[in-house]
Amino acid sequence: MDKPTFERSAGISAPGTEGTGDPPALSAPAVEIRQLNFWYGSFQALFDIDLEIRRGRITSLIGPSGCGKTTLLRSINRIADRLGYVRTTGSIRVLGQNILDPSVEPVQLRKQVGMVFQRPNPLPLSIRDNVLFAHRIHRGKEAVGRSEEDAIVEAALRKVLLWDSVKDRLHQKALGLTLEEQQKLCIARLLPVKPSVILMDEPCSALDPAGTEAVEELMWELRGEYTILIVTHNMAQARRASEETVFMLMGRVVEHGPTQELFLTPRHRATADYIEGRYG
Amino acid sequence: MPPEMDGNSSTYGLEGKGAALRGPEGASRRYGRDWAWWQDKLVASVVFVGGVSAIVFVLGIFAFVTREGLGFILHTMDVREFFGSIAWRPTSLIRPTYGALALIVGTAFVTGLAMVFSVPFSLGAAIFIGEFAKGRVRETLKILVELLAAVPSVVWGFIGMTVMNEFLIRTFGVPVGLNAMNAGLILGLMAAPIMTTIAEDALKAVPDGYREAAEAMGATRWQVVWRVVLPAAKNGLLGAVLLGVGRAFGETMAVLMASGHSIHLPTSPFDSVRALTATIAAELGETAVGSDHYRALFTLGILLFVVTFFINLAADLVVRGVRGGR
Ligand SMILES: Nc1ncnc2c1ncn2[C@@H]1O[C@H](COP(=O)(O)OP(=O)(O)OP(=O)(O)O)[C@@H](O)[C@H]1O
Ligand SMILES: [Mg+2]
Repeated sequence: MDKPTFERSAGISAPGTEGTGDPPALSAPAVEIRQLNFWYGSFQALFDIDLEIRRGRITSLIGPSGCGKTTLLRSINRIADRLGYVRTTGSIRVLGQNILDPSVEPVQLRKQVGMVFQRPNPLPLSIRDNVLFAHRIHRGKEAVGRSEEDAIVEAALRKVLLWDSVKDRLHQKALGLTLEEQQKLCIARLLPVKPSVILMDEPCSALDPAGTEAVEELMWELRGEYTILIVTHNMAQARRASEETVFMLMGRVVEHGPTQELFLTPRHRATADYIEGRYG
Repeated sequence: MPPEMDGNSSTYGLEGKGAALRGPEGASRRYGRDWAWWQDKLVASVVFVGGVSAIVFVLGIFAFVTREGLGFILHTMDVREFFGSIAWRPTSLIRPTYGALALIVGTAFVTGLAMVFSVPFSLGAAIFIGEFAKGRVRETLKILVELLAAVPSVVWGFIGMTVMNEFLIRTFGVPVGLNAMNAGLILGLMAAPIMTTIAEDALKAVPDGYREAAEAMGATRWQVVWRVVLPAAKNGLLGAVLLGVGRAFGETMAVLMASGHSIHLPTSPFDSVRALTATIAAELGETAVGSDHYRALFTLGILLFVVTFFINLAADLVVRGVRGGR
């Protein structure tokens, strides 16, 4: 990494060092979105999004298909940029820095903001190399011994409750794992770089009920230490596995509040209709 | 896609397909299934004949080459001389000798040089086209690579004798520019298109989800290529290289023209060499059918055939391996 990049990264990662333990300013949002508009070519997918994602909490993002949940999620780590034909206005502040600023390096941003995809997508490498992938990318030239790496792998896999079942086959291909294990691995590989935010796009939709439950448990486990933003179509999942809920409709945020409140006493008609299953 | 939606859309999809299948089938049952059946049979048999004839031709060629060369292998050939001596003097009146060592080494040397030049260049081109170039640049490059493949080999030979010859003499101050280096460069250029194309296919076969996953973890484009795409595509890339080797190995005209065509165990890339293929091409026309010389040349042909066959087989197997592995 060249120097300016590092300086940029310092700007973004400095506040992140307090990732573990009690965050000093619990009220300071981990992600703060202001007047975000998003276009795929000439098609506008997001309109004037204003949203604060609270630090250390699990926030679920619900809404009917095509309302822009994935788009919103994918603009927070700027992975949407990959498409090449997208355009964004407004601001998204992660740990106090506007990540839509052209000077922000996606590489550093994505160290802070990890992502779990809809279909488990481990890399075609060994389990061990998968866990170490992000870590190796971000540690730069710093030499890290084998035993140190082993410790990192073990800690990450223990955290996602996968260690016991894979500890004897760390050198086997990750693609040989079950889907549930793969998805846990995809969470585990984020942990060594200590992201402050983890984005999850319907992480359980490819899993069976047992796998879903396991991943939800894991989310509770990670809560506090990490800010989790999860897209889900499963209303029950949003209710039981999140503390705050955001309801989106046609590219706009309609309602945002504590999960229980939003489900029991929705303030908007559209929210009520949606959670009662009248559309979507 | 949400699960509910998934369910819905696939249900509709299935119904649609079912209807589409039922439609024509029902119709043909009523209005003359015979015609459709005959048509089907006709097309099937044409395809079958086409497929079988390819095999028949290959076997036929092999049988022919073997028949012509076998007599020599069984009766005249001295294996130790053939593989161990560089004395290729088939036209000697006193005592003809058939030492193919220099030819074998010549071919191997030129092919090896060709690969040294061509593999980095071709794989680099494939990586650039497949992973970095976009839009018009990418399309233009692909067309250029295909154009390169369309240049006839005699034209390459011509380039070797003129441009490359000059270039080597000027740049390296060697007395003769027609040598292994020249042939290697020309063959490298000739093998590059197939390697680039196949290698690019191999890169394209790597699911984009891998790249996305790596980028989402903060990998740069180059890290994605180096740590994820290349390892995932390595079988396909190896297959591409092997096909390139096969291409260079079997090339005749350009080597004949560019290599200097002198029997020689090369000690430097600037030595003239002679290739197996070029020997056959240059000498076969002057031999009497059925003579020892004629059969010796067919023996060289068998050798070429066998080696090329195994190179291609190996290429096929590794490329297939990548598919099976996924
Ligand atoms: N790559 C793309 N190019 C163009 N339009 C897109 C692209 N991806 C999504 N869209 C459009 O943007 C809108 C929002 O899509 P998005 O995927 O964010 O919705 P979603 O809420 O995640 O839906 P789902 O619940 O089906 O996953 C949709 O109208 C969709 O058609
Ligand atoms: Mg989505």
